[in-house]
Amino acid sequence: MIVLAMDTSNQPLSLAVMKDGAVMGEKLINIKRNHSLQAMSAVEELLGSLDLKPGALDRIVVAKGPGSYTGVRIGVTLAKTMAWSLKIPIVGVSSLLSLAWPGKYFDGVVVPLMNARRGNVYTGLYEYQDGWQTLEEDRNMAMSEWLTHLAEREENVLFTGADVEVFWEEIQSVLGERAYHVSTEEAFPSAAVMAKHAEGLPDEDAHGFVPNYIRLAEAESNWLKEQEKKNG
Amino acid sequence: MILGIETSCDETAASVVRNGTEIVSNVVASQIESHKRFGGVVPEIASRHHVEQMTIVVEEALEKADVTMDEIDAIAVTEGPGLVGALIIGVNAAKAMAFAHQKPLIGVHHIAGHIYANRLIEEMKFPLLSLVVSGGHTELVLMKEHGSFEVIGETRDDAAGEAYDKVARTLGLPYPGGPHIDRLAHEGTPSVKLPRAWLEEGSYDFSFSGLKSAVINTLHNAEQRGEEIDVKDLAASFQESVVEVLTEKAKRAVEEYDVKQLLLAGGVAANKGLRTRLTEMFETSDVELVIPPLSLCTDNAAMIAAAGTVMYEQGKRSTLAMNANPGLML
Ligand SMILES: [Zn+2]
Repeated sequence: MIVLAMDTSNQPLSLAVMKDGAVMGEKLINIKRNHSLQAMSAVEELLGSLDLKPGALDRIVVAKGPGSYTGVRIGVTLAKTMAWSLKIPIVGVSSLLSLAWPGKYFDGVVVPLMNARRGNVYTGLYEYQDGWQTLEEDRNMAMSEWLTHLAEREENVLFTGADVEVFWEEIQSVLGERAYHVSTEEAFPSAAVMAKHAEGLPDEDAHGFVPNYIRLAEAESNWLKEQEKKNG
Repeated sequence: MILGIETSCDETAASVVRNGTEIVSNVVASQIESHKRFGGVVPEIASRHHVEQMTIVVEEALEKADVTMDEIDAIAVTEGPGLVGALIIGVNAAKAMAFAHQKPLIGVHHIAGHIYANRLIEEMKFPLLSLVVSGGHTELVLMKEHGSFEVIGETRDDAAGEAYDKVARTLGLPYPGGPHIDRLAHEGTPSVKLPRAWLEEGSYDFSFSGLKSAVINTLHNAEQRGEEIDVKDLAASFQESVVEVLTEKAKRAVEEYDVKQLLLAGGVAANKGLRTRLTEMFETSDVELVIPPLSLCTDNAAMIAAAGTVMYEQGKRSTLAMNANPGLML
């Protein structure tokens, strides 16, 4: 069983090829470069360096969001089109879970963060116990509100992801000594961890596979508000 | 056989074309119903729909053509210009297919596609001139041979289709406005005096923003004076001005470059006023006028496959590092 896993949800590109649950090869690129330009070539290079042909793949795992709309779409489009072309299953994993891995042995809960601008974050609540468990679903909310919520849990919290830096002062002011953060060399997604996690997830249909944006497109939420005003 | 993919704006399209001349299948999933509520194409919404539709549309194109990927020689995809977030979906889907099936990949210019839609109707005879009129483009393109494009004139501001949409909005017509103006124009008479932008002598360039402003001013002035303006007559006058400039410039270029064919291309080629005028103009001429059917004027993937076929035959190939290029030059 050979699995290709990929995450292009934010700036880093993370790829992994797994054979029967063990890592055959990984690739991480963490510079500002368009995924639309590099992701497909990076997959080709990684498979090539492992002497694998595309036909050798049995399953594709992809970070389905949240994250940069464009970034998530590139990964999902590549993954679903490859899966459909090769007639193999696709499985989506949260892009936030992909950032949670440094918290595997942490004594407490893990909170991956992505900056969603204007004081908002994409986030969720995770814990490792016989595999990654989702304690609270991925969401988009005001960081201040999220912190108030986390404060009520009275546990140690590890914040993961490259955007933690942006919010660190605010986090400390609310959670004080219960707050921990990953160091910079751990602040990237892990496609291998996604692939491992996906072993327990059901196959999905390539045609119906779409990103989990969490947020509506701005034009659409404005339009809905207007409809409500008209009807209400 | 070439598989074509097009996602530059709000149509997710895939098509199989044989020998660059014969449509085997041509599938277009339009998003227009979704964008109507916003009064225009919203790029983020367009990208989301492309992701939803992409593999479904390609599968349908292969099924309708009754071929498998084994029988496809190469995959051609619109590389640009267009909405970057929309182009990206087609480009990455094409790359994934090219990689999975180990097929050659060919990036195609959207306008080259529009021009090559004509080859699905009539074999090209060089030199030829193409009048490209769409929502984003107004160009006169000279072709001396396959795959060679020389832009001899282009718009300096709004594209003709853009002017149509803006005028339609001013007249309170639903999106997309072009067809509504075309329809109204046929019911009215061109009695309102509107400018024609000929630009400097000998220029093949276009400009429609002055005309658009003149229409808006005419409406506002009438409103202020409490006068009733016949929307049909105003639409007819606007269309008359656009069509006159387009066709006169095309005619002059046809004569100067002594071409064998004039090809009409792009979404505005669906415009009845433009079609009728060109047909009358070239009825007795030695120059062959080719106007594709409506389904090939608006965005589709058969045109991308047709243009891609010529590039394939000329040995042009793209790598998996190809990116969507919203500002791609012809
Ligand atoms: Zn077009």
